[in-house]
Amino acid sequence: MTDQALPSVQAKTLKLSTSVRSAIQAFGIGFVFLAISIFFSLSSEFFLSWNNVSNVLRQSSINGILAVGVTFVILTGGIDLSVGSVMALVGVVAGSMLTLASPYPMPLGIGVGLAVGCFCGLVSGALVAYLRLPSFVATLGMLSMARGLTLIYTDGRPIPNLLPDFKWLGAGNVAGIPVPALILLAVFVIAWVTLKHTTFGRYVYAVGGNERAAKASGVSTRSVITMSYVVSGVLAGLGGLLLTARTTAALPQAGVGYELDAIAAVVIGGTSLSGGRGTLVGSLFGALIIGTLNNGMDLLGISSNYQQFLKGAIIIAAVIVDRSRK
Amino acid sequence: MQIQSSTKPPEEVEKRILIEARGVTKAFNGVPALRDGRLLVRAGSVHALCGGNGAGKSTFLNIIMGVLRRDAGHVEVKGQDVDFHTPAEALEHGVVMISQELSPVPAMTVAENLYLGREPRRGGIFIDHDKMSRDAAQLLAHLEFDVPVGARMEELSLAQIQLVEIAKALSRDADIIIMDEPTTAIGEHEAHILFKAIRRLQANGSAIIYVSHKLTEIFEIADDYTIFRDGQFIESGKIADIDRRHLVTLIVGHELETQNETQREKTGRPVLQVRGLSRKGWFDDISLDVAAGEIVGIYGLLGSGRTEFLEAVFGLHKPDRGEVLLEGKKVLPGNPKASIRAGMTMVPEDRKQTGLVLNSSIAHNITLSAVSRLSFRGFIKRRAVSAVVRKMIGMQHIKCSSPDIAVESLSGGNQQKVVIARCLSTHPTLLICDEPTRGIDEGAKQEIYKFLREFVSQGNGVLLVSSEAPEVLQVSDRIAIFKAGKLHGVVGASGATQQQIMDLAA
Repeated sequence: MTDQALPSVQAKTLKLSTSVRSAIQAFGIGFVFLAISIFFSLSSEFFLSWNNVSNVLRQSSINGILAVGVTFVILTGGIDLSVGSVMALVGVVAGSMLTLASPYPMPLGIGVGLAVGCFCGLVSGALVAYLRLPSFVATLGMLSMARGLTLIYTDGRPIPNLLPDFKWLGAGNVAGIPVPALILLAVFVIAWVTLKHTTFGRYVYAVGGNERAAKASGVSTRSVITMSYVVSGVLAGLGGLLLTARTTAALPQAGVGYELDAIAAVVIGGTSLSGGRGTLVGSLFGALIIGTLNNGMDLLGISSNYQQFLKGAIIIAAVIVDRSRK
Repeated sequence: MQIQSSTKPPEEVEKRILIEARGVTKAFNGVPALRDGRLLVRAGSVHALCGGNGAGKSTFLNIIMGVLRRDAGHVEVKGQDVDFHTPAEALEHGVVMISQELSPVPAMTVAENLYLGREPRRGGIFIDHDKMSRDAAQLLAHLEFDVPVGARMEELSLAQIQLVEIAKALSRDADIIIMDEPTTAIGEHEAHILFKAIRRLQANGSAIIYVSHKLTEIFEIADDYTIFRDGQFIESGKIADIDRRHLVTLIVGHELETQNETQREKTGRPVLQVRGLSRKGWFDDISLDVAAGEIVGIYGLLGSGRTEFLEAVFGLHKPDRGEVLLEGKKVLPGNPKASIRAGMTMVPEDRKQTGLVLNSSIAHNITLSAVSRLSFRGFIKRRAVSAVVRKMIGMQHIKCSSPDIAVESLSGGNQQKVVIARCLSTHPTLLICDEPTRGIDEGAKQEIYKFLREFVSQGNGVLLVSSEAPEVLQVSDRIAIFKAGKLHGVVGASGATQQQIMDLAA
């Protein structure tokens, strides 16, 4: 009898210790975020003012939305380099429909914009899933094509005089909270439920973990892969809408380099670049950390040249700390 | 059953002891993995180290190789007390291990892999490619390994890669060679080439420590044996003095019931009908039926098209011609999803590559195929899912502390049960198994055989490939012999002998 009692006790302690460990792992990146916030709040009295916090939220929101989309792609074992360009394309297409000169209804402009983002994702996804191009190549191509289309569409000129209602999306507040932050919250909740509680979410992890096994288990791996790029494309489009709405005009050179911040947020959040492992909560904190760093360094009056360098170094350090803890 | 090796010389004087270990212990976090590891191997002998999964063999061998440090005990190599810290140190003393996990550089040639890190140089700087190729060719020719030295590793079959790894170890003047499951990935033909090489090494006075779950091999190649069970040394002696039954009993720890095939009632209703299936370069015009209540075994050498045929039936590859009917209905070719929906599932040959999502949990792996049925408009019904998981863990006797732990932390036998659980979760009428017992221990093997018999007794069918003739004979009702991509004949298993089916396949 004692022989049988022993394994169950062991099993319980094992379960306990793994759940504690996974909790620390899940919140580990939260501690990094907390440490950075405490540092800046001690260094600058403005940091914790509501004005500044809402500013950080507004700035982090767009990157957060992009990071959520990129998380889907990275979980399948791919990468999406095209989000910055897709943002710009969606921004100018929607922007051109929502100016004082040509005021289409808001839902139409936004809908067309998101459809453009969706289409870009569909093309990248199909190239990866059906033509078996490496995702790096497919989305690098999309990066250039989407930027090219943006420049062709605008002839390289900004589109000014956007509708005030549209600008509210980027600059407005609801109950003192920036609209982009509320949109990020909604996106995050929907995406989290999708990954956790739908078959599609389960398949995203399975495809990234072992594509062959997923296929042999009856998963339509190609449509799962394609769909993950569609998610990334649509969310890049949403990010592009918010970015355009926040600036005064739709700029053809908007969003340059945004893909790198989004990927950095995902990686800081602990998602494995080889796929199959990672969480959305991590990506969200990753985006907040990057936003906080940008803002905090501005507050401390660090010149932008140094900022660029420090940001890279801090990202690397955060990931090293995060990994050594595991 | 006693297999005699008639060619061995009569025992002369006892040969020199090359390696001796006594009372080796090791605990992980206070849990003993090895309580009393013992081994004594003499020059010029092949020593089988036997035991089930968890018997402590790997821990013991890793201690000898310097991968792990022992807690207590003695290890002597050629009479000298040793305590290796690294495998490199072990190699300096002539001890080398060929492990299950092969690590070639895929884009490099055979010769480059053989001499990786010790390339012959010209003037101390430039790699002497000519000499390297010459040396490599000579080495492989000497071992009679049929591997082209100029080929890149990625172009080779798994069997050839394995031969290169073995050649590499031998070329380092090792005289104590540990082979951990060297034949799991290679067919019988290659295994015999390997055995020839082992015999030659033996004649040269090397000692080989041979670990394998395949008992047939042990009786064929080994002179002596040592059995571990539950981290404990159990028995050691001469293979010639024991029979298969004795060995199995000691490995498992209790008598296994003999599973003599009782003839089952056949309903005759065909579950699977394959009609003229062909795929160019792999297999040609194969027609085969599986009836309800029947296990059909496919036996053939590596390269006979057996695995490719199974994969085409299941839809992992699209056949060029022919059709597959399940319960009389045509199955969409080249689409595993459609196959699963029609009612067939497949336990693939390689559970790490195609069977499991290793970093996912047991629960997620078990329900990967069934989750679409256990959902409503894409949303997973959590209760239904966890009910299936509980049921399958109970049914397949999967030993785990929680269904949420990663499947990679399980033993091979338990991992295979997870694959089978996943296959059963969609209630198939036909189960396709490719090497269902590869690399798992005797106890788990018997459980899988028992399960397959139960499965077909409920009116289902099983189509199975195995490279082990005794396994095909034990488990099948009929045996289809594959040879060079063609169906060479179908024989009833009850009257057939091992010799017979091996002759037909060769």
